[in-house]
Amino acid sequence: MKQGLKSVETRYMEERDEFFRALRKLDRRSFIKLSTAALGAVAAHGIIPPNSFQPVTLAYGQTATGTGGSFRIAYISDSHLYEKDVNDRFVRALMRAVDDVNALDPQPDFVFYGGDLAQLGQPKELELGAGILRNLRAPLKIMVGEHDWYLDMGEKWKQLFGEPTYSWDHKGIHFVTLLSVVEKDFWTERGMSPMERMKTVAGLDNSVQSPFSVGESQREWLRNDLARYSDDTPVVVFSHSPLYKLYRPWNFWTDDAEEVQAILNRFRNVVVLHGHTHQMLTNRIGNIHFHGFLATAWPWPYAPEGLPELTIQMTRPDPFNSQDGCGDGEVQVHPDGLVDKVYNFWNRNPLTVARNYTASWGREMVPPRPNRASY
Amino acid sequence: MTFSRRKGVIVLAGLLVGGILSVAIDWGVGGEVQAVVRQESEKEQGQALADSIMAQWTRENPDRASDWIAEEKERHTVQPPADNSDLLSGGQGEGHAYGEYTELDVLMWAREAEKLVVEGSRIFHDAEALGGTVGVSCDMCHPHASNTHPETYPKFQTQMGRVALLRDMINWCIEQPVRGERMEPDDARMRALEAYIYAQRKGTELNYGKH
Repeated sequence: MKQGLKSVETRYMEERDEFFRALRKLDRRSFIKLSTAALGAVAAHGIIPPNSFQPVTLAYGQTATGTGGSFRIAYISDSHLYEKDVNDRFVRALMRAVDDVNALDPQPDFVFYGGDLAQLGQPKELELGAGILRNLRAPLKIMVGEHDWYLDMGEKWKQLFGEPTYSWDHKGIHFVTLLSVVEKDFWTERGMSPMERMKTVAGLDNSVQSPFSVGESQREWLRNDLARYSDDTPVVVFSHSPLYKLYRPWNFWTDDAEEVQAILNRFRNVVVLHGHTHQMLTNRIGNIHFHGFLATAWPWPYAPEGLPELTIQMTRPDPFNSQDGCGDGEVQVHPDGLVDKVYNFWNRNPLTVARNYTASWGREMVPPRPNRASY
Repeated sequence: MTFSRRKGVIVLAGLLVGGILSVAIDWGVGGEVQAVVRQESEKEQGQALADSIMAQWTRENPDRASDWIAEEKERHTVQPPADNSDLLSGGQGEGHAYGEYTELDVLMWAREAEKLVVEGSRIFHDAEALGGTVGVSCDMCHPHASNTHPETYPKFQTQMGRVALLRDMINWCIEQPVRGERMEPDDARMRALEAYIYAQRKGTELNYGKH
C-alpha cells in the first residue's frame, strides 16, 4: 500500500498517539500555559460551572407535616482508597467530592460518609481518607464498610473515628448509624491471614465469605436506643449494607434484614440511607424507605435479579469516561422524616428521587427512566 | 406375604433364562474375559506408577500442587461447559468414518474447556496477574463478568474510531482503569480472559453491533 493511503482508523490512532506523545513532552510551564488557556476558553463559553455541583431546583407537590423545618445533608460514599502512591484516581475522586460538598451554599447540616473509605482496610489508606475528609466544612458522620474493617477488625477505624454504632437527634429527627457488615467467621477454619481475610471480603463476587448482617448484639442495642422514642418520631438509619435482601451472590444483602425491619416497623416514617451498592437504588418495604448512595470510586452494575420495583435504574455508565456513574449527593430531609434523595452524577445532570415518589409507591414524581438500560 | 402360583412361574422362568445366559458367556467369551483381566492389571500397575510419580512431584512442589481449579471455583462461580453426554447414547456414528466418541472424550472436552475458563476467572480477579499498576482488577466493576456483554461484539466504537472486538475492549480496560500493558491477541492471559467472559454469558443470544 502507498504511504499516503491509510484507513480512517489508522489515521485516527496515529493522530491520537502523536497528540499524547506531544503532551508527554511538554514541560511543566508550557503544560500550565496550555491548560490555563484551554480552561479560560471553556469558561468564557460558560460551559463549565465554577464547581461540578449543578444547581438543583426541586418542586414539592405535597407539604410535609412535622415539628422542625426541612434541612439538607450531603453524602459521600465508597471511595475505596489505596495509598496515594498506588492509585491516585480514587484519591482525586474523593477530593472532588469534598470540594463539591464544601462548595454547597448554604452548607449542609452535616455530611454522611457511607463506608468503604479504604480498599483493603490498611492504616495508611484509612489515614489518607481521614485526612481528606478533615477538609470538610460541615460536621462528618461516618460509618463502617466491609473494606474498612476486615484487615484488623476495626482497630484502626475505631482509633480514627470512634465507635461505629451511635445515634443522635437533630431537628426533631432521630438518626442511627449501624455497623451492618458483620460476617460470620469463615477465616479461622481456613487458616487465613488478616490480609487473606480482607481480600476475600473485598471481592464482591467472592463466595467464600459470609453474608452481611447487623447481628444480635447491635439489634439489641437498636431496640434499647429506640425504646424511648414514640412511634411518630421520624427515624433515619444510616447503614452500609442495604438492610434488605437484594442479591446474595454480590452481598447486596443483609442476612437479618427482617429482624432489623421488625424493630423499625412501629415508626410511622423510617428512611434507610445505605452505601455499598454504588448506584441509584430505591426501595420501600412498609413504612421503611431505602435509598442507596453513589460511589466516588466506580459504579456497580445492577444485580441480574431481585431489583426492587421502585428502583429506576441509572443509565449504564460509559466505560470511556472514568468517572461516569460516580458522584456524591444530597439528602433533603423533610419535617416528617421522609427525604428527597439527590444523586449528583459527576458527568451527567443530577437526578432526584423525590419524597413523594416513595411516599406514593411510585405513582407521583417518577424520576426519568434511563435511555441505556443494563445489558 | 403370599407366594402365588403365578409369581412362582415367573421366578422359575427367570432362573432358567439366567442360567442359559451365564453358560453362554462362559463358553463363548471366556478367552476375551481373561484378556480384559490382564489389561486391567496392567492398567492398575500403570496407574500406581503414575500416582507415585505425581506424589513425588507434589512433595517437591508444595506451592504448585494445590488444586487451584477447585479453589478458584469455590471463590468465584464459573458457568459450567455444555453437557455432551447425550453424544454417547444410541448408535452414534454408525455408517460414519468419524465420530465414535467415548466417555473419555466428553470428560476431556469439559475439563479442558473449563480449565481455561477458570484460569480466566483467576486473572479477571487479580490485578497483579492482569499486569495492573493501580490495584484495579476486572471484577471491581464487573462482578461475575456482568456488564461485559461479549455478545454485542463486534461493534463500532466511536471512541476508538474502529470496529471493536471483545479483546479490544479488554485491552482498553487493561490500559485505562487497570493501567497495565495491553496484551497481544494470542497472549495466554487474553485467551483465558475471553474464555471466562464468554463462558459467563452462556445462553445469551449473540447480537453483534448492539449498543
